Amino acid sequence: MDWDFTQETFVSLVSALPLTLALAGTSIALGAILALALALARTSGIVVLDWFARAYVFVFRGTPLLVQIFLIYYGLSQFPAIRHSIFWPVLREAYWCAVMALSLNTAAYASEIIRGGLLSVPHGQVEAARACGMPRLMVFRRIVLPLAIRQALPGYGNEMISMIKATSLASIITLMEVTGVAARIISETYRAIEVFVVAGFIYLTINFLLTRLVQLVEFKLSPHLRQPENAAQAAIAGDAR
Amino acid sequence: MNLPLSAAKSLALSVKDLHKSFGAIEVLKGISLDAREGEVVSILGSSGSGKSTFLRCINMLETPDSGSVTVSGETIRMLPVRNGKSKPADIAQVDRVRSKLGMVFQSFNLWTHKTILENVIEAPVHVQKRPRKECIEEAEALLAKVGIADKRNQYPSHLSGGQQQRAAIARALAMRPDVMLFDEPTSALDPELVGEVLRVMRSLAEEGRTMLIVTHEMGFARDVSSRVIFLHKGLVEEDGSPRDVFENSRSDRFRQFIKG
Repeated sequence: MDWDFTQETFVSLVSALPLTLALAGTSIALGAILALALALARTSGIVVLDWFARAYVFVFRGTPLLVQIFLIYYGLSQFPAIRHSIFWPVLREAYWCAVMALSLNTAAYASEIIRGGLLSVPHGQVEAARACGMPRLMVFRRIVLPLAIRQALPGYGNEMISMIKATSLASIITLMEVTGVAARIISETYRAIEVFVVAGFIYLTINFLLTRLVQLVEFKLSPHLRQPENAAQAAIAGDAR
Repeated sequence: MNLPLSAAKSLALSVKDLHKSFGAIEVLKGISLDAREGEVVSILGSSGSGKSTFLRCINMLETPDSGSVTVSGETIRMLPVRNGKSKPADIAQVDRVRSKLGMVFQSFNLWTHKTILENVIEAPVHVQKRPRKECIEEAEALLAKVGIADKRNQYPSHLSGGQQQRAAIARALAMRPDVMLFDEPTSALDPELVGEVLRVMRSLAEEGRTMLIVTHEMGFARDVSSRVIFLHKGLVEEDGSPRDVFENSRSDRFRQFIKG
């Protein structure tokens, strides 16, 4: 390995990092909102909404992300109606096409993760809240959602890591994020090893930090699942009086 | 029963002709109950007699098919729906009435992600919109009263069953309810933890709270309640003072029931 070249490559690839993070951050955020809506539709008990969500998840989980990106980037522009619509200034940008494909895709996976979290909330917790006179929305906001998020977080961490890596597909539609820049450097230098090792290292670092962040949030959100600090003394003193 | 007019004025709870079916099974076949302020009513009955369903219909956790529920003078408005059933006409009204009814569940149902203190102040702060500081002070007094003031910052999973149930009682009391509903509050507890919960309930009865208690604790029903109701197959089979019911019952079913 050529050390100077590796360093140069590292500087070039890091300059592409903001775009990778923007792609991932935007699509995870938009995807989360859509996922929550889909999970609610799926658990609503309203047949039409339920089936819409089922069909959505089936389609977006069952087709490759790359195909979805191609369809949105190359496919949408085939329709004059779209080219003349108010969405065209957005849809003609490769960046927004990538964000759209990534968001729609992650929403399908994340909606199932969130649905699992919602279903894990014990019915008694909800009944206790209803019995206090809490309106439905408040029950959802203050009781159901916090409990569901705690339950869904490990699975959601996986999905966010997948999304960081999935942004590399955006390079196919001209976006110069980390993988896009890496591919350009390789086509100029034919030195695949150094470039891809550096690119891999950058993704690994992002995901290392992301994993730690998820762990931290999980720790903060679950004090009730840990032993209290004075558990040892309490156990000796016989807490179950 | 014929209540004099003066007593009728202070009715805390009035239930009229409650019917409820689950599928083809008719669980409640027309149950009425008036509870005056300060009355402690124990509801007895074998499993399947409909006593829990009756209690849950009062705060609309189960929707009765027909009949009416009035709490402190406010009658829950019902709308008829298909196949002879009904549903509450106004959900906001149901929520308002519910906040006047403190419910204690068999399985405690404390919110696991909140500390004991947070559990107790949740409804007063967020449903009744009372000042947080005032709610905390009141919650601490209630926790002291049920004997778990030292557990205020712990989570439910760190408490014993008896402590959790006492916390649940404090949570229900924190809303300053007009009527307390207890749904088999000691049935999920180890025998040695039953006493601590019954002691708290006895003290509530002694301070004149209106209480409806579904229970299997015969001794408690006999000593503490001012009135005992025995449900059998969805109907009221016995209704009277503990002495009348326990000593002079004319119902064969009830005598069989207490013999065990």
